[in-house]
Amino acid sequence: MDFSFVLGQSITQALGVTAIIYCLAAMGLNLQFGYTGLLNFGQVAFAAIGAYSVGVVVISFGASLWAAIPIGLLASVALALVLGIPTLRLRADYLAIVTIATSEIIRLMVRSIALRETFGGANGINGKMGQAFHDLNPFHADIDIPFLTWTRQDLWVVTVGWSLIAIFTLAIWLLVRSPWGRVVKGIREDENAVVSLGKNAYVYKMQALILGGLLGTVGGIVWAVAKQSVQPDNFVPDVTFFSYTILLLGGAARVFGPIVGAIIFWFLLVFVGEFLNQMISAGWITFLLPTDVGPIRFILVGLGLMGLMIFRPQGIFGDKRELALDAR
Amino acid sequence: MPANGQRALAAQAVLADVPRVPGAPKPDPILVASSIVRRFGGLSAVDVTHVEIQRGSITALIGPNGAGKTTFFNLLTGFDVPDEGTWSFNGRSMGKLSPYRVARLGMVRTFQLTKALNRLRVIDNMLLGAKGQRGEHLWASLLPFLWRGQEARNTERADVLLKRFSLDAKRADFAGSLSGGQRKLLEMARALMSEPELIMLDEPMAGVNPALTQSLLQHIKMIREEGSTVLFVEHDMDMVHDISDWVIVMAQGQIIAEGPPGDVMKNPEVIDAYLGAHHEKALTESGQSLTTGDTT
Repeated sequence: MDFSFVLGQSITQALGVTAIIYCLAAMGLNLQFGYTGLLNFGQVAFAAIGAYSVGVVVISFGASLWAAIPIGLLASVALALVLGIPTLRLRADYLAIVTIATSEIIRLMVRSIALRETFGGANGINGKMGQAFHDLNPFHADIDIPFLTWTRQDLWVVTVGWSLIAIFTLAIWLLVRSPWGRVVKGIREDENAVVSLGKNAYVYKMQALILGGLLGTVGGIVWAVAKQSVQPDNFVPDVTFFSYTILLLGGAARVFGPIVGAIIFWFLLVFVGEFLNQMISAGWITFLLPTDVGPIRFILVGLGLMGLMIFRPQGIFGDKRELALDAR
Repeated sequence: MPANGQRALAAQAVLADVPRVPGAPKPDPILVASSIVRRFGGLSAVDVTHVEIQRGSITALIGPNGAGKTTFFNLLTGFDVPDEGTWSFNGRSMGKLSPYRVARLGMVRTFQLTKALNRLRVIDNMLLGAKGQRGEHLWASLLPFLWRGQEARNTERADVLLKRFSLDAKRADFAGSLSGGQRKLLEMARALMSEPELIMLDEPMAGVNPALTQSLLQHIKMIREEGSTVLFVEHDMDMVHDISDWVIVMAQGQIIAEGPPGDVMKNPEVIDAYLGAHHEKALTESGQSLTTGDTT
């Protein structure tokens, strides 16, 4: 059994493209749910908007990637407004219901046969939609050092991806320790109290929804650029729930929570999967088939996360005293 | 009593000549409301023909449970919308104004169920009350040099208020770790951070122990001495007697009496509202009557 291979795969994935995408989505949820208390159960819709903007603009309409990105961001703001205008005046549950429904509507819409010309139906959009980005790649060779193996393309995506995360994290850090952050945290605790002090809670909630959605959209853009393919069934509600898992794992309302959460989540998922695979191929485990590994790793990681929530409910970075206050 | 200063005497002197009738006009009203009606289905929860609140005074809004006091509060502060009626604050019409705009104009309220922001520190609760903060704008918040100075001045003011309300030792604690009474104090102090002209307290003394009640009463008097107007809801008439310059009594959504506390408590209509109209009649077959002079 090749343990260093298992470890290498896990570390590569934990710092890889998928972890970056989920980290961005979870950062958006952190702003919305962790700080402002908005229950967005449709973060995947924002990611889908980003990915499909790249696919549609570049492949279906043959325009530039550099046009696709701002179009994607604008579409994301538009989606946030559409979701927020009717629901943010209501109780928190309404946003949750509307967002999860919308994320499925968007997935089923881009999957539909009627719109196959534009969105590619169930096959999605495939083609060199990220070429303009990869043309800028300054790296000349793949990387293959111990525990890290990336192609030249992935290395470039990962470099830019983590740089973006660093910039956004700095921005969020500035935001949440400013008076703006104080207002949104106040809204999370009790919206009416904040309103009674003369703050327009509606506007703050809308701002948080838009900013969090934009982060999800950037994740979707990274997805399309890195994988050069967008398929409707990549954008199932599971993506949102994994993002929430990552957020709670790292600790909600903690600036570094999503980063640590994403790294640990993907490390564990890949580690468990590869470890089981190796044990099966080495003949140590005989009661499982290689095809069972996919679901079983989720079961095992899920059990681990349940343990975390029982023994460290505040997540890795959270403050337990703060959590105890919820039990009023 | 140190807090019974000049403003108290001035308020009482001004109100001395006001007729003791519901809807009486005041010499210098800060708040005027006319024909406010709020119906919940067939029930008129609030049906106020006319009411004026004297500037610089402490006015108590009392009445038995279910009289519509809190609903009336919600209507005046924009948290609920009346079916009919107009009201003005400082001469400015307030109909259909969002609650946050009402607060910005200087009419700040607290809540019956205290709304301390639990997972915010006490000092952050206070700072949230400050008005016109530059750092509360999304873009400015990213540039701390734009708001640092203002934040420091607000913090200074917040610390003075915390000291006055004896919460300075709790400054860095989460508001959720405070006792019920301390939360009431914090909510009042937080409302004062916005320097309101009219502060509306919804049952500030509910669920507070007697010692703390005394301290709360002193704080309310201090607010008047500083030139703000206080309107507060209470249903315990004894509390009201001690601090209010003027008392407005509500029952079944209507204002049934107005006057200085001493007069109001002798008013038979008020006693009826609290104890029921038949409280002096015989309840038992033997004809034993239940008489009551105590109104609490």
